[in-house]
Amino acid sequence: MNLNYAMPQFIIDRNRDRCIDCKVCVNQCANEAHIYDEEEGRVISDDSRCIGCHRCVALCPTRALSVRKYPLEYREHHTWTASDIDLIYKQAASGGILLTGMGTDKNYRIYWDHLLLNASQVTNPSIDPLREPMELKTFLGRKPDSLIFKNGRLLEELPPQLELEVPIMFSAMSFGSISLNAHKSLARAAEEVGTFYNTGEGGLHRDLYRYGNNTIVQVASGRFGVHQGYLKAGAAVEIKIGQGAKPGIGGHLPGEKVGKEVSLTRMIPMGSDAISPAPHHDIYSIEDLRQLIYALKEATNYERPVSVKIAAVHNVAAIASGIARAGADIIAIDGFRAGTGATPLRTRDNVGIPIELALAAVDFRLREEGIRNQVSLVIGGSIRNSADIVKAIALGADAVYIGTAALIALGCHMCQQCYTGKCNWGIATQDPNLVKRLNPDIGAKRAANLLRAWAHEIKELLGGMGINALESLRGNRLMLRGVNLSEKELEILGVKHAGE
Amino acid sequence: MKRVYAKEDVCAGCKLCEVHCIVAHSEYPGDIIKAFKKGTRPVSRVIVEENRPISFALQCRHCDDAPCTKACITGAMHRDPETGIVTNREERCVGCWTCILACPFGAIRRDETGRKVASKCDLCSKTDGVPVCVANCPNDALIFEDRN
Amino acid sequence: MKSIALMHERSNGLGGGFAAYGIYPEYADHYAMHVFYDSLSHRLTAEEFINEHFDVDTSEMIHTRRVKTINNPPLIWRYFVQPKKTKIVSSGLTEEDYIVACVMKINSCYEGAYIFSSGKNMGAFKGVGYPEDIGEFYRLDEYKGYIWTAHGRFPTNTPGWWGGAHPFTLLDWSIVHNGEISSYDANRRFLEMFGYKCTLQTDTEVITYIFDYLMRKQGLSIDLTVATVAAPLWKEIDRMEEGQKETIKALRTVYSSLLVNGPFSIILGTRNGIVALNDRIKLRNMVAATKGDFLYVASEESGIREICPDPEKVWVPKGGEPVIGLLEGVNQII
Repeated sequence: MNLNYAMPQFIIDRNRDRCIDCKVCVNQCANEAHIYDEEEGRVISDDSRCIGCHRCVALCPTRALSVRKYPLEYREHHTWTASDIDLIYKQAASGGILLTGMGTDKNYRIYWDHLLLNASQVTNPSIDPLREPMELKTFLGRKPDSLIFKNGRLLEELPPQLELEVPIMFSAMSFGSISLNAHKSLARAAEEVGTFYNTGEGGLHRDLYRYGNNTIVQVASGRFGVHQGYLKAGAAVEIKIGQGAKPGIGGHLPGEKVGKEVSLTRMIPMGSDAISPAPHHDIYSIEDLRQLIYALKEATNYERPVSVKIAAVHNVAAIASGIARAGADIIAIDGFRAGTGATPLRTRDNVGIPIELALAAVDFRLREEGIRNQVSLVIGGSIRNSADIVKAIALGADAVYIGTAALIALGCHMCQQCYTGKCNWGIATQDPNLVKRLNPDIGAKRAANLLRAWAHEIKELLGGMGINALESLRGNRLMLRGVNLSEKELEILGVKHAGE
Repeated sequence: MKRVYAKEDVCAGCKLCEVHCIVAHSEYPGDIIKAFKKGTRPVSRVIVEENRPISFALQCRHCDDAPCTKACITGAMHRDPETGIVTNREERCVGCWTCILACPFGAIRRDETGRKVASKCDLCSKTDGVPVCVANCPNDALIFEDRN
Repeated sequence: MKSIALMHERSNGLGGGFAAYGIYPEYADHYAMHVFYDSLSHRLTAEEFINEHFDVDTSEMIHTRRVKTINNPPLIWRYFVQPKKTKIVSSGLTEEDYIVACVMKINSCYEGAYIFSSGKNMGAFKGVGYPEDIGEFYRLDEYKGYIWTAHGRFPTNTPGWWGGAHPFTLLDWSIVHNGEISSYDANRRFLEMFGYKCTLQTDTEVITYIFDYLMRKQGLSIDLTVATVAAPLWKEIDRMEEGQKETIKALRTVYSSLLVNGPFSIILGTRNGIVALNDRIKLRNMVAATKGDFLYVASEESGIREICPDPEKVWVPKGGEPVIGLLEGVNQII
């Protein structure tokens, strides 16, 4: 079987007038799409190897390179699209499951883009964030139903809370799925801005313990890297039940990514596959979850809030209610457009529900049961910009997790090849040659810049609405109006249509 | 004095420092394409040393007590007493390579593209700014600072 | 009435009203229910509910006089009632919660009936019209009270209707409010978890419930309530001494959804006194003055000088800084 039916996805355009054969593209392409022909003394390209990560384009000193879609046109067919055909070629050749990275690239409705924000006119002044204070501080953790005071002094301390200066955290991405330099960048940015990053299920590298006050340590089904010191190292503990990009299935870190550092951090032998089971094998029901929540609270002396992260699935509202009642302090919900380092393509593209609807449903359900105030709600999965965040908070979230957006800030170009381990940007890789490409000094600065920029924008939008503290936006759905949405969608979102 | 320091841990090995060094010391310092495509192309004065995954850019350390200046038989190799920058005054250089033997860092190269001369980093002292290798490093793996 | 008449330009004739305390000394132990009915049949339906849940002592039409500018008033009825003890017991609620639940029930489930006043020895009088005309209409000159609040409305968010005028009341609480709050839905959705039903879509209703929730249900003092509703800024909290910092931080953590955002100046009345408050960055005007044992609060100083030409002290309270006036011999607002 010598004929490869799979056609190149991209075509590399090399402007010969500009190319100086300096070989920067050659030494930067981990996929070996650029080759130096010694005999001819010039650089040539192999389109079939290009995955469209743009590393060469960005580094080419003469701007001689551009990458375009490969101009192969199948005869038009609405059922059998080029991608359907290509993927069948791929599976017919490999006989395996299709893997992919990042969140779904399918054209599902993005509800954020069908929600519009309000602004004050006449009857209520808008507030200028450059002149007036504008507060974004957010507390995540269990809130008691009432406070008891004596002579104006608090009698009982509050349960542990995470204090966020911006309502944005970096979502769980394990050391293993992303590089240590990526972790370092996020940890430092979180510390600088006053928020949190999440270890993911891969444990906490020893160099990162010093960022513990800004770390959420995750406990997932594989229990990789979990020990008492780890649990206590963070400011909060998160139990990962599922993630939006692959609800219902576990994780798999291939052995080749388990080098010395990953091995030490995950507490598994070097070179061994790290397989997280689909369920937690000690959680087969809600009461088992309760036991794990309290086991983790015990292990951390009730000094750390415990979060439970689930994927947004059909019955998410009822599940979230159960989680709240099982004692979780924070519920994190990951929408089906969420990213990941590696996931079966069919799961990523077909399982779960949109985060906007899940959030609206969960917030509504918890309020209906009168327990929304007790727990914090964090959502993630395709938060692309500050406006998405403002809309999420108006729908009822306390804060958001960003993963993909954070990686893009670090240089990710969304080529969706994270699962190959050959990330040319030094992010989703353990190859020491590639990891070096992400300078954590630069990464931390860029990630922090993103948070600051978004914080400024959130303040602008809040000010426009005449609000000067984020909490007055939380669940304030009157600040939202829908456009181009059906009655049912509006009903689930709990918002009025524009013009109403 | 300000020197160029390499941060090995974040050197991506892209060799853009070399490319820009060549341009800066060519006949067309403002035009990268002409610098490579026209006239004679000088050798790079910065060299990326590689033993993957280790890589870093190396150039003259501008030693206080520069052995090359002592070894030079013509007095071409010269350390500016004020700036501390060691340069090779190429018009005096006869290409005997004694300096190359003397340099403990291997930071001097033969440039045989024109007249045989020793080629070494001059910290871009003609331009008065940050050396081009530092300015063009995409990952801040080269820094220009005074560590004394 | 003279004072609010001067503020004629600040309202548009679509809502005016008054709350007065101490007006029913002969029924001081009864809840005085003031109700709007759209028609006789609505009254009869609602009265079935009222008779089932309360012992009605007196049931009468509120005396009004014809005023040219007041058109199409609803039927306005007044009941002096006591809740049925057995019903309270079987509901498992406290007496006050029982009253609140009944009021909520009528207002949200009985079409054409709206209870706009439900406190003891106090009453609200309001309607569609300029406040001075409303006062004339309700014959307020015939009542004597120790606290009076008045309001002229310029409705923007909801149509002007009789129930929508201010003051808004619940039990002994009455609130007049000037402004438009931007936190409305955040506040509303929080309160609705605790049995409140915001049927009016007005800010004032929500503010009333917030005070009721924080002070009556959560038992917070007026100071802590104010520190929740018009919370100090974080940069101010950072400068506070430790114990106080803890307190305010806890309030802002637990009751963050009850921060009232956007411009407001409110006067809250209870049987014990009044509290006047501005939003924390003072986006609305408010002036206070005293003379002897009288306390005056108004949107404009001219409103005060109209009825008290030579106050001893006049000041503009800071945003979030309450002006509290208590009756003699009382040391708490509730």
